[in-house]
Amino acid sequence: MAVYTLARREVVRFLRQRNRVFGALAQPILFWLIFGAGLSASFRAGAGDRIGYTEYFFPGVVAMILLFTAIFATISIIDDRNSGFLQGVLVSPVPTSAIVLGKVVGTTVLAVGQALLVCILAPLAGMSVGVGGILASIPIMVLLAVALAGLGMLIAWRMDSTQGFHAIMTSVLMPMWLLSGAFFPAEGTPGWLAWIIALNPMTYGVAALRHALYPDATMSSLPSATMCVLATVAFAAATLTGSFRVAAERTSNGLP
Amino acid sequence: MSSAVSVHGLNHSYGTHRALTDVSFEVSAGEIFGLLGPNGGGKTTLFRILATLMPVGSGRVEIAGIDASHDVTSVRRAIGVVFQSPSLDIKLTVRENLVHHGHLYGMRGSGLDAAIDAALARLGLGDRRADLVETLSGGLKRRVELAKGLLSEPSILILDEPSTGLDPGARRDLWEYLSALRARCGTTILVTTHLMEEAERCDRLGILDRGKLISSGTPDALRRRIGGDVLTIRTADPDALRTELRERLGHESTTVDGTVRLERPDAHLLIRQIYECMPERIESISLGHPTLEDVFIHETGHRFWSE
Repeated sequence: MAVYTLARREVVRFLRQRNRVFGALAQPILFWLIFGAGLSASFRAGAGDRIGYTEYFFPGVVAMILLFTAIFATISIIDDRNSGFLQGVLVSPVPTSAIVLGKVVGTTVLAVGQALLVCILAPLAGMSVGVGGILASIPIMVLLAVALAGLGMLIAWRMDSTQGFHAIMTSVLMPMWLLSGAFFPAEGTPGWLAWIIALNPMTYGVAALRHALYPDATMSSLPSATMCVLATVAFAAATLTGSFRVAAERTSNGLP
Repeated sequence: MSSAVSVHGLNHSYGTHRALTDVSFEVSAGEIFGLLGPNGGGKTTLFRILATLMPVGSGRVEIAGIDASHDVTSVRRAIGVVFQSPSLDIKLTVRENLVHHGHLYGMRGSGLDAAIDAALARLGLGDRRADLVETLSGGLKRRVELAKGLLSEPSILILDEPSTGLDPGARRDLWEYLSALRARCGTTILVTTHLMEEAERCDRLGILDRGKLISSGTPDALRRRIGGDVLTIRTADPDALRTELRERLGHESTTVDGTVRLERPDAHLLIRQIYECMPERIESISLGHPTLEDVFIHETGHRFWSE
């Protein structure tokens, strides 16, 4: 009940702030159209892959929407703390894990909702994404959104200003997205970069989306679908456990 | 269980700074108890511990008979908390705020609806239920905060500086409401304040200064400790005046903030004597019944607002 009510609050708040809806959608779509148009001429996927850059980039755009929505929604825990709303929740009988879960569930609903909206609009941009592919990608989106929301909570819980979060966003979260195979494939990159991509947990989420959206394409360079799903489950489990732990600590340093 | 709140030997430090030192007091069920003290005196720390925002460090805190270091969840069920800073979600309506709050306390369905209607009606917010909180005035927001704190019908209500930002009229309404609540439901009310006029409305007070509970009792009992009325003398040279008072008239006095104070049962008779004895030293002399501020000065030796 507590999780439901807190998650619902996230969704209602989000929908009441129209600029947030617009912002979280506009940037990824712009990126997609601009890079898709600009880079498609020079892009060649691995030998034998017959997809254009717009198609290649699309799962990356979906991952970016999930990332942005998750991040913007979890930043709100900082606002909740500063506006005082959080203190009221903290002195209520609900456990802190329910507070984290409420945020994560609300964020996931928003993120997946927006990602699906873009999937539905994709055919307008000349993309051929099958209904089956979209349906298959929903569980992956949910997993990835939970993992990213958990990561956001882990970072944001102890922060007292959104500026600090923005610094982490540009120095950690954006590179994490850029180096996830969302933007360019690992194949053909220098060895050290390929290693980073292989170690980046988000790589597997993006690859899983690729498998789900284009089941027929041969993607020799990607890790296997099973591996991708397992890695993403582990990613989500790790960030969720981490944020539960951080939230459960009661400090006596005066922070509410 | 006659004590609603029982604090024994409570200490709290932020790093090396000691915020609370050996604080002990009891609040009986159905009592309005005020924690009076200047800002920085330790009130907020004590409030945060009682509201379960911070853990009990050393010492013992029992709320509604429950040990707050062992069973925080049960304590949380028993108390209602009204914060000094806002705790409402301004993007939601008044009613939505209360619905979410009720859910957090395990209330739901028609029971919750009835409780919300009752709380809104009592606080005169019935026609505001669909308004977004961000459109409300400060006084109305405060009332919503109060409605929220009372929604789960707590047996103990803890309020931190509840009249912050309220105009005098709204402040009076708030206190009338608190008194009525206590009369109707027997709710124990624990309130922190730095306002003397608010402290006057409490059944009993604890005076907190520099992390120590220096005195407690009913406002009248605290005032009686002064043992008479208070003379305040303004003068260019307080030390010289005090020496003269002692040597020529045999009166002990204190210096507070550059003024000389005497607390005497026959203070009104002294005015003439002092003035005639040393007219050239005195800029002004005033007489007053002891106020709670005088009690504070009496107990601490410094003014409420000094530092």
